[in-house]
Amino acid sequence: MADNGKPKTELLDQLETGPWPSFVTEIKKAREGSPVCDDLLGQLELSYQEKKGHWKHGGIVGVLGYGGGVIGRYSDIPEQFPNVAHFHTIRVNQPSGWFYTSDAIRTLCDIWERHGSGLTNMHGSTGDIIFLGTRTNELEPTFKELTEAGFDLGGSGSSMRTPSCCLGQARCEWACYDSMKLCYDLTMAYQDELHRPPFPYKFKIKCAACPNDCVASIARADLSIIGTWKDDIQQDDAAVAAYAAGGLNIQKDVCDRCPTRCMDWDGATLTINNRECVRCMHCINAMPKALAPGKERGATILIGSKAPIVQGALLSSVLIPFIPADELLETVKELIGRVWEFWDEYGKNRERIGELIQRVGMANFLDAIGLDPAPEMISAPRDNPYVFFQTKSESNGN
Amino acid sequence: MPVFEVHGKQYEVDEDGFLENPEIWNEDVARDFATTEGVEGLTDGHWKVINYLRSYYLQYGIAPMIRKLCKETGFKLNEIYDMFPSGPAKGACKLAGLPKPTGCV
Repeated sequence: MADNGKPKTELLDQLETGPWPSFVTEIKKAREGSPVCDDLLGQLELSYQEKKGHWKHGGIVGVLGYGGGVIGRYSDIPEQFPNVAHFHTIRVNQPSGWFYTSDAIRTLCDIWERHGSGLTNMHGSTGDIIFLGTRTNELEPTFKELTEAGFDLGGSGSSMRTPSCCLGQARCEWACYDSMKLCYDLTMAYQDELHRPPFPYKFKIKCAACPNDCVASIARADLSIIGTWKDDIQQDDAAVAAYAAGGLNIQKDVCDRCPTRCMDWDGATLTINNRECVRCMHCINAMPKALAPGKERGATILIGSKAPIVQGALLSSVLIPFIPADELLETVKELIGRVWEFWDEYGKNRERIGELIQRVGMANFLDAIGLDPAPEMISAPRDNPYVFFQTKSESNGN
Repeated sequence: MPVFEVHGKQYEVDEDGFLENPEIWNEDVARDFATTEGVEGLTDGHWKVINYLRSYYLQYGIAPMIRKLCKETGFKLNEIYDMFPSGPAKGACKLAGLPKPTGCV
């Protein structure tokens, strides 16, 4: 113990010296009124000294009626750190686009100070509100208060994880579809799959309303729904000229950075060869007042990304190149039904959908879910195409 | 080691209340543990699930995947939650005396 009665945290203290916000600083701030903080820091300091984690893995706790939403966590040295003997995490389904009233946040924090450590993570990487640290006997009371306040638990384990989305049309003129509504509708449509884990492993859905993909759905969602447009980029020539007059080097900072070099700038006029545009958004991001996504808007559906756990990381690849915005919900639900059926039937325990597709091959997967191969499914032309040889043509004697 | 006391009996359990020695399981154990998982009265349906989990565990040493449990017992997942409100992993496996199922959360 240090002189002030607090545990010594010399290694953790170093984490406060960098230029970034520090969780150590935040946990120290929360010491007042929350006895778990000292034990939490104490146990972590010990872990750093010993280079050994002191959380046991794989607690199973929950609330009645739900198979997910609570992640059990126990200390393996409870005698030394009794206040974190139980340190369960509760996932709470966040509102679409993470919009709250200040009242809602106060309500959440008050509930958590009554029943848990008061420490939160806003938000976890799946998107949920994360309540960090409580005891088993506090789970049902917390859940009761949350539901009375209009909140519900999020997904965990082998469930459909809480869908998340960018803030879409609420704040952003580039939104090609209403990502917040789609996210909400999907959450409501699959309450069973969210709360009662039915799958071989987790399944994440993320809705990004334009190719900037602010929720990084292409890197971390099993099903990524990314807004796009089918027609030409909307262009305001006067505004382009104003950017040039304002000092933007259009040749160097816009045209030369276009991945397909589909733009020409002759010093007065910008010409875009829209056929070659790959919707990277760079030019639109560089000149937001001059350029905008086209008017025929919808979304591309991609499948299969994941972070490395059982196998390596994967990015999503295109499954359906374009769906008009107003047909999105219906099509996505139909598609999800077919994908889940296939995955349920053939997925091994703890095999993500992307891994299953790699194992059985894209051709077999497309065949099973009843989709025809399309050129857009190839990530780069003449580079790594999926090849569709049918048995018949192979045995032709050629 | 935590001890679960019920009807004058004592069971050694882990921190989540799962039976520490799965080999001492018998039908009375299932009845005794039912009280902790919100299960009131064990019906034929409960026993069908418990016996299936038990026999799968004895054969393979692990709990079956959810899908297999539903397929083999003929119950939909919702029906299993109706019988075992804390779910197949926490509720049904505990009554069947399986060690705590592991899985990534």
